[in-house]
Amino acid sequence: MTARLDMTEPGIRIEGLSKRYGEGSTAVDALKDVNMVVAPGEVVGLIGPSGSGKSTLLKCLGAVIEPTAGRMVLGGETIYDNGWRITDLRALRRDRIGFVFQAPYLIPFLDVTDNVALLPMLAGRPNAEARARALELLNALDVGHRARAQPAELSGGEQQRVSIARALANRPPVILADEPTAPLDSERALAVVRILNQMAVQHHTAIIVVTHDEKIIPTFKRIYHIRDGRTEEEAGQGLTL
Amino acid sequence: MISLAGRDILHSWGKFVLTGVGLGLLIGVTLTMAGVYRGMVDDARMLLNNSRADLWVVQQDTQGPYAEASGIRDDVVRSILGMPGVARAANVTYLTMQVRSAATDVRAMVVGFEVGQPGLPGAPGYLVAGRHITRSHYEAVADVKTGFLLGERVRIRRHDYTVVGLTRRMVSSGGDPMVFIPLKDAQEAQFLKDNDAILNERARTAANPSLNRPGVPGLLQAIQASQASNHNVNAVLVQLKPGFEAEAVAEPIRRWKHLEAFTRVQMEEILVAKLIATSARQIAMFLVILAIVSAAIVAFIIYTMTLGKIREIAVLKLIGTRNRTIAGMILQQALGLGLIGFIVGKVAATFWAPIFPKYVLLEPGDAVRGLVAVMVICALASTLAIRAALKVDPAAAIGG
Repeated sequence: MTARLDMTEPGIRIEGLSKRYGEGSTAVDALKDVNMVVAPGEVVGLIGPSGSGKSTLLKCLGAVIEPTAGRMVLGGETIYDNGWRITDLRALRRDRIGFVFQAPYLIPFLDVTDNVALLPMLAGRPNAEARARALELLNALDVGHRARAQPAELSGGEQQRVSIARALANRPPVILADEPTAPLDSERALAVVRILNQMAVQHHTAIIVVTHDEKIIPTFKRIYHIRDGRTEEEAGQGLTL
Repeated sequence: MISLAGRDILHSWGKFVLTGVGLGLLIGVTLTMAGVYRGMVDDARMLLNNSRADLWVVQQDTQGPYAEASGIRDDVVRSILGMPGVARAANVTYLTMQVRSAATDVRAMVVGFEVGQPGLPGAPGYLVAGRHITRSHYEAVADVKTGFLLGERVRIRRHDYTVVGLTRRMVSSGGDPMVFIPLKDAQEAQFLKDNDAILNERARTAANPSLNRPGVPGLLQAIQASQASNHNVNAVLVQLKPGFEAEAVAEPIRRWKHLEAFTRVQMEEILVAKLIATSARQIAMFLVILAIVSAAIVAFIIYTMTLGKIREIAVLKLIGTRNRTIAGMILQQALGLGLIGFIVGKVAATFWAPIFPKYVLLEPGDAVRGLVAVMVICALASTLAIRAALKVDPAAAIGG
């Protein structure tokens, strides 16, 4: 499966991004002049040791912490240019960014359908339309038969597929996946990566996968190494799944 | 948009219901405490209503006959009857004592009233079984709360009385059931001494040379006769003629008869504002403490429940849920808990109120006020949890 890359209007473009925690002698530069481009339909890996700045980069991209300087473009729109260019970051996260977490973090008191439908509902979509969208995604991810189940009744792999469906629910141009295969065995981990690649192509979504998982690193065609707050790009093996 | 609070409650309904039941029992106690106060006030009002009097004439400088001891001569009633505006007047005595039956003894207020004149103030108003007293001596009408049965023999001081009628909700201001007996019997029960005391008193009088003068025949007998009889009552109850103001009739009685006369309003003030004031303050303190304890429990429960959902709240915030949606979820859960608690408390109070030895009056108005108070307390208690939830950083959902 090959992503159709379109670098003229990338899903994610980061230029000279930096993030400093603290001030003066106690200041820590978590990100230093980070540059990154991810095309729509592409899945790239972001790897690095603990404390290298992976989570900080993800949080900057996810608009939950503010960078110190630089520029970020999501889906063709500049959201940060030495300051936020968007006033409603909550709406930005809801409508334009999908999140997949290490643990699925499904809402335990909502069934599978409503976990996925919640995002369109939060965006103001009618309940019926939101649920129809959720069922469409759940079927595409092969968990449609568990639509009425509670999250606790699902296996780890099923829960992760539901969380991917939730990330796609509002058709975001960007998905940020934070160690999505960590709790899964090899077979299920590769299945999740396969799904992410399929979804990236089908939904024209740029996906960044933060991972330590040696099993899935060879599957990325491009990998960003992050070390001491700086990124280096390298070509991956891009193993066919 | 789906109700997040409703889904959470449905998801963990067992925990919610059990917590609500626990809170409900506390609310039930609170409602019952309010009911105890209402019962005391109602008992006091019932005492005044049942006496069917417009004025209470009692000993000067006393607040009798219910709040203080009062003694006036039983012929005062005749002079009262001659006052302008007085339609009817009757002597009464009140004595709280243990009334013995074959099986047990019961705390009761023994009321002496003038028998044989229907409609006089002080007499039992209506009966639920049996008949009114028709004989001048040794018959009684008892409130059903005494537990006495028709035909049962009860002992009041030196005499036995047959219960010929039963009445209901005839209680003293302290909630003790009433036992009505003829006035003459009641005067004897209240004021006369026992036989041994009378015998000793006669001997003492006879030994007193100033009371037993050889040259004055009949003096000793007259003195001893006066010692063995009593013509005191506690109060004269007065009914007014139509068109007369109670205060206008009371004023001449105070001025010319050297007695105290209380109107209905004044007597209610004595009973409600003075006689049960300390008890009312005691209950009010309990209500305040129970309200604080309820608020603390709700706050603690909601806060703990919210802390248990910190990760979910972080995820909700990360995916774009508004703060007000999250605050609304917590508030609705607190109100839901309060509603469950109130329903359980109201049902519990309704079931256990009749078991209480004293009258517990659960007024619908108190229930409505209680519901509003519970909802306000729950809303205030939820602020702690809402504060905690709003402080949750959406970044907490992203590891590292």
